[in-house]
Amino acid sequence: MLIDAVKQRFGGDVVVAESAHGNDSVVIHRDHAPELLRALRDDPEFCFESLADLTAVDWPARDPRFEVVYQLKSLAKAQRLRVKIQAPANDAWVHSATALWKSADWLERECYDMFGIVFRGHPDLRRILMYDEFQGHPLRKDYPVMKRQPLVPETDPVLHPLRASR
Amino acid sequence: MSLPKRWKEQIEPSDPAMEIMELQMGPSHPASHGTIKFNLKLDGEHIADCDVEIGYLHRGFEKMCEQGTWTQCFPYTDRLNYASPCINNVGFALAVEKLLELEVPERCKYLRVIMSEVSRITDHLTCLGMASGEVGAQTVLMYAMEAREPLYDLVEAVTGARLTVSWCRVGGVVHDFPDDFSDRLKGAFKQLDAVLSDCDTLLSRNRVFIDRMSGIGVMSKEDLISYGVTGPLLRAAGVAHDLRKADPYLVYDRFQFEVPTGERGDNYDRFQVRLREIHESRRIIEQAMRELPGGPIEIDDPKVVLPPKQRVYESIEGLMNHFKLIIEGIKVPAGEVYHAVEAANGELGFYIVSDGSGRPYRVRVRPPCFFAMSALNQMLIGHMIPDIITTFGMINMIGGECDR
Repeated sequence: MLIDAVKQRFGGDVVVAESAHGNDSVVIHRDHAPELLRALRDDPEFCFESLADLTAVDWPARDPRFEVVYQLKSLAKAQRLRVKIQAPANDAWVHSATALWKSADWLERECYDMFGIVFRGHPDLRRILMYDEFQGHPLRKDYPVMKRQPLVPETDPVLHPLRASR
Repeated sequence: MSLPKRWKEQIEPSDPAMEIMELQMGPSHPASHGTIKFNLKLDGEHIADCDVEIGYLHRGFEKMCEQGTWTQCFPYTDRLNYASPCINNVGFALAVEKLLELEVPERCKYLRVIMSEVSRITDHLTCLGMASGEVGAQTVLMYAMEAREPLYDLVEAVTGARLTVSWCRVGGVVHDFPDDFSDRLKGAFKQLDAVLSDCDTLLSRNRVFIDRMSGIGVMSKEDLISYGVTGPLLRAAGVAHDLRKADPYLVYDRFQFEVPTGERGDNYDRFQVRLREIHESRRIIEQAMRELPGGPIEIDDPKVVLPPKQRVYESIEGLMNHFKLIIEGIKVPAGEVYHAVEAANGELGFYIVSDGSGRPYRVRVRPPCFFAMSALNQMLIGHMIPDIITTFGMINMIGGECDR
């Protein structure tokens, strides 16, 4: 059973491990995340060569507020694992997984864009779906659906050509 | 909009007398279907660097799903991959049903499979047609559109709409097949056959087409897997991974069909894989139609499925049942689930989190073409501007799915 193998291999680093609705899911500490995720990718027992999805869930009533959710997928062993890392509201960061999976690049950019969670070690963390001058992080629960944004002043593309982001 | 940090670095042009030119292609460009911007650094005609910018069709799907009930998410899912709406509906319905731990009746499973495969065929026809049209093969474009029409008529006959179908519900589907579905299907397939053989004749051994598409946009299997690319792009590179076989859902495990793969993973292989997948989808539909059982199309559970209108108007229990389901929504138990289906572009996953009320707490769509788009810049570096058209065409980015 995958979930038992994960618990056995990583022991105390796994805070919660559960298997429900056909999905296996573990919660780990963000400090241990880089080594754990690397082991999940490289260990022949797990072999999660693909990061299928990365997103976050905002639980404003809870502390820690954010839960960054990784959906790992192994084609070789035909198994999936959900890994969750919690981050508090005032210190919302996790380590970037870009060194492990190339899909993490854009996925982490989207998570940052939508939730404001910083991915430390990401080579180029900037917005991806929203425009650059957007204020706020839309998928947070405290971002109202009908919120208006300030108008972006028009710039002359000849006088002010596009600059690379700071 | 913003550019990556590496944009500030200077690139040496291959000819010292020339300059690197920065050009933006998009977001509305006649040869790229979809709103996408490519920030290009050009070394003559060759692409020295490329930054792909998405988000022009971002409509806040995930935020909007949190505002209504579970059933109210279905119209939003139609508008994800709008070339194959039934597959999105089915994917979301299956995810919610997994969390509810309920199984739909047999007939419903077959109906969902058949409509999913019809949607897959329309999506592949759209992709092949548009990609060919962009390369200059306008005839193939017109033939593909013509072949699509009877299939869209079929979808309209069943669901009432060509694109915004909203056909699935949690626990079943809304409409059953009309009585003449089988005959219409046969007619549609006859036309499809003629068109596919024409497309094959016109393109598969066409010198110009082969020169445009072969050897372009290649990426190794390991890179594709690391980028999270699935679907026809991964299969064209030789990895026979299809969720309908690897992790069967509905009744896909009852059908005989193959998973076409390519060898080199270039645009030509992607084209051929999609063409052969249309044939395989056809096989699945024919087998499903032969085995289609009778029976209900919705589960018989008043907590999940609306009662029939007659009961709503003629009994107080029916009225109350209807009222509760519409106003409060289906009470999906608290929990979370990730479920993926094989959409036309690859693994379409839904990660849904429920807090026990009738409204979704979080709905996350894992869009297959998002990952292909992230890999696009690596596929394009070193190639020429016209190769952007072919590679982007064969990725089949659907803006609704990529940006949500």
